Amino acid sequence: MLAKRIIPCLDVDAGRVVKGVKFVEIRDAGDPVEVARRYNEEGADEITFLDITASSDDRETIVHVVEQVASEVFIPLTVGGGIRTEDDIRRMLNAGADKVAINTAAVFNPEFVKQATDRFGSQCIVVAIDAKKVSDEGEPLKWEIFTHGGRKPTGLDAIEWAQRMSDYGAGEILLTSMDRDGTKIGFDNELTRAIVEAVPIPVIASGGVGELQHLVDGVKKGGADAVLAASIFHFAEYSIGEAKQFMDQQGVEVRQ
Amino acid sequence: MSQRITVIDYGMGNLRSVAKAVEHVASAQDEVLVTDDPELILNSDRVVFPGQGAARDCMAAISDHHLNRAVLEAANSKPFLGICMGQQVLLEKSEENGGTELLGLFAGQVRHFPGGVAPDGEALKIPHMGWNKVNRQTDHPLWQGIDQDSRFYFVHSYYVDPQQQDLIAATTDYGVSFASAIARENLFAVQFHPEKSADDGLRLLKNFVNWNH
Repeated sequence: MLAKRIIPCLDVDAGRVVKGVKFVEIRDAGDPVEVARRYNEEGADEITFLDITASSDDRETIVHVVEQVASEVFIPLTVGGGIRTEDDIRRMLNAGADKVAINTAAVFNPEFVKQATDRFGSQCIVVAIDAKKVSDEGEPLKWEIFTHGGRKPTGLDAIEWAQRMSDYGAGEILLTSMDRDGTKIGFDNELTRAIVEAVPIPVIASGGVGELQHLVDGVKKGGADAVLAASIFHFAEYSIGEAKQFMDQQGVEVRQ
Repeated sequence: MSQRITVIDYGMGNLRSVAKAVEHVASAQDEVLVTDDPELILNSDRVVFPGQGAARDCMAAISDHHLNRAVLEAANSKPFLGICMGQQVLLEKSEENGGTELLGLFAGQVRHFPGGVAPDGEALKIPHMGWNKVNRQTDHPLWQGIDQDSRFYFVHSYYVDPQQQDLIAATTDYGVSFASAIARENLFAVQFHPEKSADDGLRLLKNFVNWNH
């Protein structure tokens, strides 16, 4: 049977990994190629690059990063951040990415997802969803899609949005809880469960991982097909190998 | 000894990854060529036949690039590795796109996954995407150094169901037990992506590059 995937995520700004990495045996902690190579050696099932480059002048650098990583790291690579046109997608795929994650561009132009999946196939189109809980205590649970790093509400219901994106051919949903992102208190497993039950495609849980039990909970409580984390791996609090061993001990099927 | 390894390019899928992975395992003297030229394909020492996308589009692209004969001839005459759609199109017919005629090298069908729920309660989502176990059925040189039930990376919604059971080189379970690898003489074809399957994938590609058939 399929293993649950563990996906380390690298934030890349102008070609450099943003958050510090404390790996021993690594010469340049800011070099995405070195970090990706290390995650691959530790047994990462995929790697996601999130391009957070603000200046458009530096946008081309992520293409070179992907090219370099793809020449020596042979696991699936996903690139997100600033994917707005079919041309952006083609450039990333040609550079060696296997999938692209579309976020804001999908919110502003949902048809873009349909065009992209028609053109490039569902297998390479991930829709990234940033959701925040908007229901109060005691009310039925409700989450809304936010853009701009969780600052701008869109009025879109997260479950309906995920279903629409799935209908438009998205191959996968990368689901980030904006309430949990950066908190280290664990995924919003209710949110994950609600989306997993609403769509037939794989769901990657993201946002909030602070310890290994959170990864297990994302799978067992949330029902996620894959779990994504950044800081616990970046700061070498845990290696991916340790994460997998722990998940295996807790009865989650992983690739070892 | 230097050799020429050709990756067939017919516009379907990410050939760069395949070519990069082959370059990574080939020796420095080897030439890795990405081409749609039938002459070059037939003049090479080994052929890799990748592919992604829908069956109908793949068949149309093979035909548009005038590759039908070259692919079949290479598949019958030299070390040949089919990957993903490059495995599926070797059969007779696919259920995809309302029924698509394929190259017909092997008797059998390409079928859609049944989906549903696995015995352990896990939903069998389609596409079958991620790392699954490959259970070797034969003692083939391409499996050398790869453990039984190693995991490889898959992304697909259809699987091959060859009539001749002795073609099956490996099986994988996903609601059904399907032929994740088939082999005959000089030909080996896999549903998974060795170019995306980390060390075991590279090992398989290296075995292919060194395979003396």
